[in-house]
Amino acid sequence: MSDVLVAAEGVHKKFCRSLKRSLWYGMRDMGAELLGLCGPPELRKDEFWAVQGVSFELRRGSTLGLIGHNGAGKTTLLRMLNGLIKPDRGRINVRGRMQALIALGAGFNPLLTGRENIYVNAAVLGIPKAEVDRRFDDIVEFSGINDFIDAPVQSYSSGMTVRLGFAVAAHMNPDILLVDEVLAVGDYGFQSKCYNKIGELKHNGTGIILVSHNMHTISTFADRVMLLSKGRSTLFDYVPDGVRAYTNLFAATGMSDDIEKILSGNGSITFYDVQVAKRVLNPADSFSLSMWYEATTDYRDVDIDTLIYSSTDPWLYFQSTNKAYRRTVDLPEGRHRMQVTIKDIPLNNATAKIVVTIWTKNRTEKLFWWRIPVVFRAADYSTGNNFLQVAYEVN
Amino acid sequence: MDAYDERELPSAVYTPESQMRTPGRLIRSMWKDLKGSRELAWRLFVRDLSARYRQSLLGVFWSFVPPVITGLVFIILHSKRIVNFGSTDIPYPVFAMVGTLLWQLFTESLNAPLSTVKAAAPILAKINFPREALIVSAFYQMLFSLSIKVVVIIGVLLVFGMKVTPWLIPSLLIMIALILLGMGIGLLLTPVGMLYSDIASILAVGIQFWFFITPVVYPAPTTFPYSLIAFLNPVSPLLTGARDVMTKGAITHTASFLAVTWLTVVLVVGAWVVYRVTLPIIVERMSS
Repeated sequence: MSDVLVAAEGVHKKFCRSLKRSLWYGMRDMGAELLGLCGPPELRKDEFWAVQGVSFELRRGSTLGLIGHNGAGKTTLLRMLNGLIKPDRGRINVRGRMQALIALGAGFNPLLTGRENIYVNAAVLGIPKAEVDRRFDDIVEFSGINDFIDAPVQSYSSGMTVRLGFAVAAHMNPDILLVDEVLAVGDYGFQSKCYNKIGELKHNGTGIILVSHNMHTISTFADRVMLLSKGRSTLFDYVPDGVRAYTNLFAATGMSDDIEKILSGNGSITFYDVQVAKRVLNPADSFSLSMWYEATTDYRDVDIDTLIYSSTDPWLYFQSTNKAYRRTVDLPEGRHRMQVTIKDIPLNNATAKIVVTIWTKNRTEKLFWWRIPVVFRAADYSTGNNFLQVAYEVN
Repeated sequence: MDAYDERELPSAVYTPESQMRTPGRLIRSMWKDLKGSRELAWRLFVRDLSARYRQSLLGVFWSFVPPVITGLVFIILHSKRIVNFGSTDIPYPVFAMVGTLLWQLFTESLNAPLSTVKAAAPILAKINFPREALIVSAFYQMLFSLSIKVVVIIGVLLVFGMKVTPWLIPSLLIMIALILLGMGIGLLLTPVGMLYSDIASILAVGIQFWFFITPVVYPAPTTFPYSLIAFLNPVSPLLTGARDVMTKGAITHTASFLAVTWLTVVLVVGAWVVYRVTLPIIVERMSS
């Protein structure tokens, strides 16, 4: 008995860009289907391949990370695996009970209470009532919304709805689990709870296909990675290679060369001859911004904010100010030179933006505000893009 | 791990090939899903019912007042001789009232599949569950609606001094056939109706027109060409049949009644196949 749970061979799916044509093609496809014919294998006008020639195998207890830019065909592929839509070419074999964490809380009626909706949602997911009765307390406990279980779901926040939906879906033990980026809505504590649950299922032999834009999640759970780009797939047996290929998709196109010089002074102070030493940084390089300023009044005790954020990962940023480092900075009257240096930025294989802002005392007025795109080269043998600690210096 | 290996795993194969090419497998999976959808259908039915009445003050009121009002209008028009439908062999108020209630039952059945599937579009697009459950739950809703109407019909019979006989029970079966006819037609229109909004408009207009060519508030005409109304309109034999059996214990047009009953069975199965086979294509054209 083989332990292959999902086998996809050369799967294709086409979509149509124009709604009017799409509906008309839908009519013709329905006619063809009813007459027992195959739809046309070639593209028609306004159609494109949303998924093109995808093949892979998913084995028991393994996790395949599915990554790619928005619109790369990840969700379309999941919907085919789930049997919601048919492939236009190719073949998918599925063995085992499949559970999709795609639409958490689907089938919830907003007027009914959480308790009633647990039963409805479980029935939609194919879980018998007896099983829900048995696990009811676990489900409520896991969702963490005990106090609201008898309130109508329309009074829940979107995060609470997702919590309840996940709690129901995760409490049946599927052979195959499809996880689309659904957990992003929950708060941090709930997300880690969910990932623990996924780890537990994996340990028990569930084969998982995990879609995420968070490369940390992918690196943590995936044994193999499939990168989808414009519907075409590349399989990586070594996860860091896949993650790097994914970030390179954005390094090539995502970097804008333009420094956004949003503010460079006011009536009484002007920053000029601002120089950025390096914008392509190797692992040990420092980032530094040197500038001249000319002030007609004294600016005592200014705040200098630095912000570094990744262009690809919204959760990854570092923000600090000279106050945090217990440094007082004055900008005395006259012409002077100053330099802001950020040392040892442990960003790896990433594009980022560095924002430097200078405020007057007590932040009543902004004096300077530049946003500078930078590229961090990859360190050897590293995965992901990690921040550890940042040293900060003002001269 | 061992526990998994001992278990018989369900399996599925997805290919571009039309499901109509493998009728054996299609029928087996239809039957399997119909059985598998009973609990879900019941849950959906209870969900929709309790949600509906939770947001409504008048509740079941809406299920019988519109046809009762239509019936009253015709009773008044008839009694004042503003319209003349000829004579009926049972008191006209009973005739009209039962007629409009049954007609309402039919139109609700006609609209039920499309509106149920439309309302379920978000879960259809995202979850693979037995699609039969939606239709079965719509059928349960129609049975619920039927039970309310039967209570009202019994009230009407008693008010106008007619006896409630055991013939009510066979007439219930005919009413269920009437529901199935409506749902069959509605289900057949559902795939196209999911893509194009025109179907909903056609239904709305068509039902109004259909009312007038069905012997609801007037007795079935016997002279050609008007007798075609009773002959070609599939609703006529069931509607008049249910009314006749309930009030007189007899069916007037046995042949056309039997023909329509068979037609209904074929229609329901055919519409079910069409619904099932075309649904993946509809889901594909819906946003996810």
